[in-house]
Amino acid sequence: MENNGEYPKMYLYKRVVQAKLFIDDHYADKIDLDNIADEACFSKYHFIRLFKNIYGNTPHQYLTAVRIEKATLLLQEAMPVSEVCLAVGFETLSAFGGLFKRATGFSPSAFLEKQRQMRIEILQEPLKFIPACFIYQHGLDENSNFEIAG
Amino acid sequence: MQIFTIIKYEDMIKKMTDVCVYVLNQDSAYDFYTKKLGFTVKADVPMGPDTRWLTVTPPEQPELEITLFPVQAGKMFNEKTVETMKELIRNGTFGPGIFSCTDIYATYEELKTKGVEFIKPPTKEFWGTEALFKDDSGNWFSLQQQS
Repeated sequence: MENNGEYPKMYLYKRVVQAKLFIDDHYADKIDLDNIADEACFSKYHFIRLFKNIYGNTPHQYLTAVRIEKATLLLQEAMPVSEVCLAVGFETLSAFGGLFKRATGFSPSAFLEKQRQMRIEILQEPLKFIPACFIYQHGLDENSNFEIAG
Repeated sequence: MQIFTIIKYEDMIKKMTDVCVYVLNQDSAYDFYTKKLGFTVKADVPMGPDTRWLTVTPPEQPELEITLFPVQAGKMFNEKTVETMKELIRNGTFGPGIFSCTDIYATYEELKTKGVEFIKPPTKEFWGTEALFKDDSGNWFSLQQQS
């Protein structure tokens, strides 16, 4: 954000940052971005412009990104796709599925299955996920019950 | 001659893929790096009762894994070394690296709101604008704004 060589207007940052943190905390709710702009004491368009200047995305794009990111975390914990969809604030499975695939390259169900396979692999061959140099230098294979995979 | 040059460059180091940050408590470090800094967990593999293989990546640099390694006695460190290292970490001796962001004032405000301790607020230096913050163990990092 431009500050013309002067110390930036921190109150401006505080308000935009607070709006961003509000999205971080309430992504699962029905968020009305107009209300966020009101709470931040900005006009809607001024708020969107400031937000995009700072974070590179509009508030709506950012909200979608946060929801997708939270969805990946819940899918990693083996939560069913339909529950994840609602838990992160999407109203329909089709919207969730489409946005998720666009962001990650996988459908939610394919991502869930991939994570399930990875959890099995971690349990069966944990040292496969650790660089061999660390295993050797720190004696991890000696300090644990695990064996080096492969 | 040209072939020789190509071979020479192909043999050179290309990039850093893993870096190790020693931490005092992995659970606390997990919370700090994911919930406060917003990093993504790349690997979280149980390694017995007291430790796990834990790596995180900065949001826009998934190819660089930061290993959050607990300072523990073992093959690498004896008990005396562990105590010395813990004290050095706590005292803020180590500055493992520099992070960059697009807007340092916004990042500073957000991290401060989340309770991150800054030892230097955003300050204009001759090379750019920089702030310094500490992780939950005591390691300090520079935060700089991309030009």
